[in-house]
Amino acid sequence: MEALMELINSQHWGNTLPFIRRGLALTLYITLVGVLIGFFIGTITGIARLSKNKLIYALATIYIELIRGTPILVQALVLYFSISQTFGINLDAVTAGIVAIAINAGAYIAEIVRGGVESIDKGQMEAGRSIGLSSTQTMRYIIWPQAFKRMIPPLGNQFIISLKDTSIFAIISVGEVTFLMRQYVSSTAATFEPYVMLCLAYLIITIPAMLILRMIERRLDV
Amino acid sequence: MIKVTDLHKSFGDLEVLKGIDAEVKEKEVVCVIGPSGSGKSTFLRCLNLLEEVTSGEVVIDGESLTNPQININKLRSQVGMVFQHFNLFPHKTVLENVTLGPLKVKEVSKDEADKLGRSLLEKVGLSDKADVYPGALSGGQKQRVAIARALAMNPKVMLFDEPTSALDPELVGDVLAVMKDLAKEGMTMVVVTHEMGFAREMGDRVIFMDEGVIMEEGDPNDIFDNPQNPRTKEFLSKVL
Repeated sequence: MEALMELINSQHWGNTLPFIRRGLALTLYITLVGVLIGFFIGTITGIARLSKNKLIYALATIYIELIRGTPILVQALVLYFSISQTFGINLDAVTAGIVAIAINAGAYIAEIVRGGVESIDKGQMEAGRSIGLSSTQTMRYIIWPQAFKRMIPPLGNQFIISLKDTSIFAIISVGEVTFLMRQYVSSTAATFEPYVMLCLAYLIITIPAMLILRMIERRLDV
Repeated sequence: MIKVTDLHKSFGDLEVLKGIDAEVKEKEVVCVIGPSGSGKSTFLRCLNLLEEVTSGEVVIDGESLTNPQININKLRSQVGMVFQHFNLFPHKTVLENVTLGPLKVKEVSKDEADKLGRSLLEKVGLSDKADVYPGALSGGQKQRVAIARALAMNPKVMLFDEPTSALDPELVGDVLAVMKDLAKEGMTMVVVTHEMGFAREMGDRVIFMDEGVIMEEGDPNDIFDNPQNPRTKEFLSKVL
């Protein structure tokens, strides 16, 4: 009982807050920028996967399978250590993190894009072409707006996955929230409160994000 | 208007069209009938290159579709197509469905496109539906919007691919009425259909297709009352 009271009254709850706030800001920054870039990469690669051009299709497929077949931790290590040191590209840890998220999310988003576009009835493309629109115009005005709507739920999911993936960058010393809590733990020897706070830090983003997603899904009726 | 010479079309090893020769004159209404799998829809889809032609030639208004130099988008804008399953754009309002072609292909002004769109919707009896989405329409209404959408490009010829096959029986009449109006106005039409009544009444000529070839063609009354080919007889005895 006394131990429990001690835990509840622990100073660590409050003391971790500034670190949580600072770390979470960086976590969000890396996620948002990374996923946004990943969305552009994914859109281009996803459409490349639908290409009839064998070379374009093959390049996109290789990229997607390489990324999906390796852990993001290993991808971050390769980016931060192998590539930046071997080729002398001075990638700071945060940039490496953003690039890792962008490349990683890009591969998964490519499959979301491909699936979204493929889910649109073939008759839509035919109807567009039959009134004289080019295939690019049909894609832009007919297929994409409908496909994008269907892509919103899986894109939201990918955002949540990428957000959690950023915790891996603690290993390359990105000062995101997991890294800061680990530092806090090693300097104070408190283990319970900091890591509980860390869980709460992620949940405070992911739970509202999931709720918003579910709301959008219901409104879009997808 | 349309001249088809020795048209062949294969999907992989399967030859669907085995040498079609046909002609459609200006203002003529040609109805294509035949059992399913006979290649009639494929034939129609070759007329605006929704299906790539394997060999042979299709000439529309003096331009060969099989010429690789042809601007296929421009040509398609002159050939209206109406599909069995309507294929309306569900994310656009009825009016936007009709005006998209004029706006993006012909690049007319928004006001002009809207004016054209509304007059076409009036023509097909759907003025009051201009601002709703296709999801709120019945099948017959959807098909009439699809006809208006094709007409918005002011096509030289209209192709209909089983336009009433997906409709509830009581909705077929409205669509056929719109098509009859079009025929009376002198629109050149090629209609793949199971509506034998329409073919007999409105068709200037009927083409009976089976197994990828034209088995018989001629005046509707001759075909329906006095078919010569045994396959035609067999088919008509089943559907009439």
